[in-house]
Amino acid sequence: MNTSATALGAGPTVVMRRPALVVAGLLSAVSAMLIGSMLAIWLDFRSNAPLRESPDGSKMLRDWLPENIKIPEVATNTMMMTFVITCVMAQWAVYSSRRNDSKHVSLALGVVLLTEIALVNAQFAVYTQMGIGVRDGSYMTMFYAVTATMLAIIIVCMGFTLLALFRSIAGRAGDRDLVSAHAFYCYVVSAIFAALWLVVYVQK
Amino acid sequence: MTALEVSTSATSSSSSSESTATKPTLLTAVVAYLTASDHKRIGRLLISFSAIFAVGTAIEGAVLGAERISPSSSLVDAGIIVQLFSALRFDLIFSVAIPLMLGLAVAVVPMQVGARAIAFARSAMLGFYLWLFGVILVGSSYLNNGGPGGGATEMVDLFLAGLGLVIAGLLLISASVATTVLASRRAGMTLIETPIFSWSALVASISLLLTLPVLAGALIYVAVDHTYERATFGATEGVNAWIGWAFTSPQIFIVAIPTLGVLAQIVATMTRGKQPLRAGLFVGVGLMSTAVIGAVTQSSHTVNFSGNISDILKSLIPYLFFNDLSILGVLVVLGLCLLALKKERAKLNAAFVPAFLGVGMVFTGMVGNAGYKIINLELSNTVFEEGVLVYICYGVLLSGIGAVAHFGPRIWGREIPSKPVLGLGLLGFLATVLASLPYFIAGFVDQPASVANGFDYSGPIWLWNSLVAAGHALMALVVTLFFALAAKSFRSGPISTATSADLFESVNG
Repeated sequence: MNTSATALGAGPTVVMRRPALVVAGLLSAVSAMLIGSMLAIWLDFRSNAPLRESPDGSKMLRDWLPENIKIPEVATNTMMMTFVITCVMAQWAVYSSRRNDSKHVSLALGVVLLTEIALVNAQFAVYTQMGIGVRDGSYMTMFYAVTATMLAIIIVCMGFTLLALFRSIAGRAGDRDLVSAHAFYCYVVSAIFAALWLVVYVQK
Repeated sequence: MTALEVSTSATSSSSSSESTATKPTLLTAVVAYLTASDHKRIGRLLISFSAIFAVGTAIEGAVLGAERISPSSSLVDAGIIVQLFSALRFDLIFSVAIPLMLGLAVAVVPMQVGARAIAFARSAMLGFYLWLFGVILVGSSYLNNGGPGGGATEMVDLFLAGLGLVIAGLLLISASVATTVLASRRAGMTLIETPIFSWSALVASISLLLTLPVLAGALIYVAVDHTYERATFGATEGVNAWIGWAFTSPQIFIVAIPTLGVLAQIVATMTRGKQPLRAGLFVGVGLMSTAVIGAVTQSSHTVNFSGNISDILKSLIPYLFFNDLSILGVLVVLGLCLLALKKERAKLNAAFVPAFLGVGMVFTGMVGNAGYKIINLELSNTVFEEGVLVYICYGVLLSGIGAVAHFGPRIWGREIPSKPVLGLGLLGFLATVLASLPYFIAGFVDQPASVANGFDYSGPIWLWNSLVAAGHALMALVVTLFFALAAKSFRSGPISTATSADLFESVNG
């Protein structure tokens, strides 16, 4: 006699409604909320920083960014431009995927990967050029925390690109959902970086 | 033939062939369980571990209650007391309430929406392990004086790392649940046609996906500062100031969202799917998620009824929006469930009792929170807020008991007896009231929050704190007994005759 018990059997046919795009949307929300909360705390600290006179004595400045620290604007602006290129390349992959052109999908995703490597490199270049230590003060501690978190998000995006690239190279030319989801996440990460760029690197 | 019968007969035919094969050893069975990607197994692991942690948490509460019976004597070392207060909050929310509800969602949602498995099952399993190891790390740090405000610096770092793992794990599980509802529904099932429990699981998951990263953002700053500089964010003492909002309202309302889904689902089964104004249930659950706005802005909106009308209105509107809109959601769901029961003259289901009482406790806690935010009542920094937390988290626990009793036969395949469930539900209700209500009263006579010794007020201090200790101890007993009952019933109870239809409510009402 059978005494074993099982719960319900398999359900009816499942219709997958673009799960890659859904999970990319959720990941985007998580990334945006994460950096958004960190930027909010950054702005809070900056607005509560004490006032000091400008070197020429003409106006009062928030004593937030230490005077001896120079933000390497060339490198940070180049990062912003690189993100634009990343988005264009990601969209090229979507365009090629819709036409089942696997060679161009792989090529476009390969370029996206290169730009992401360039972004990681640029972030390390920013750290090197600034030459500040994480223990040197409030600004430095918060600067490393927020930019390193952004770096982690870029690395997650890089993982997404690698996944899409491997599948494309393996011959899944019609893998449109994943390529579209990847492009969507690239746009969101670019928008998140734009916010960070504006607050941390431009407004300082 | 029902789905279960098909499944059982299939098992019957395969069992003869299996009998000739080598029986799995305990080790291989454990390894198979721990590496499983089956959604029911992942759900069972989450439910089981949160039940085990619930017993520990209730014992913590009992110790804290007993410690406060006499403000002049101390049962526990003063250094540990501070950690115990913090640990109680962490455990109620992150070790018990959230994983219990997510575990139920992982186990039940794929069956309800007609999916073969949960979306990204291995990611959900990874989430379970991250959560489990995070809780163990946090527990270890508390035991070694390392929670927020703790004296051991390295242990505070361990606490922050553990909390980070817990957040990462819960985010992965939430993402799996949300993706399953959004992307893996059976053909023809629109979002408005999803069963109400799945809808509540979706709303809760998305709410967690929006709020936990905010906690993670603050945690990263605090962790980097604590590791390197220990000045900007107030070092060890500052930890609670930056992440404390996650252990209080309105963040704790989000934890309770699935309790509405559990109740509405059980009522739908009792009324054979006839639910008037079904869309109203969806709106009610959605209204409760407005707590997200208060959580992500980390704002505590109070109201002061003294002063001119203009000043009162200025504080009243945000107060109502941030504190009372969620209560409206609970009222809508409760009202519609009672309306359905009245209209259909439904037969009482044992699981309904703890589920209904659980939502009642959540509702009481939320109303209490609304009172706590009225400045004129002068309740701030009193134990009243602890009462709110315990009401809501024990309400979730009660609802979890109802959900396991209701969904258990579908998850484990065996029946659970009704009478003990009914009795334990009522005992759990008594335990919740005992563990929280005295602190509502003691709050009005100014018993200070998070203080165990050296306070005094006019009133029977020993009585309120004894009742609270007894309530927590009773809850520990209730959870232990229910765990034992469920383990026995789901291992050797009668095979369930439930059909998949019992998991759904009729779409058209």
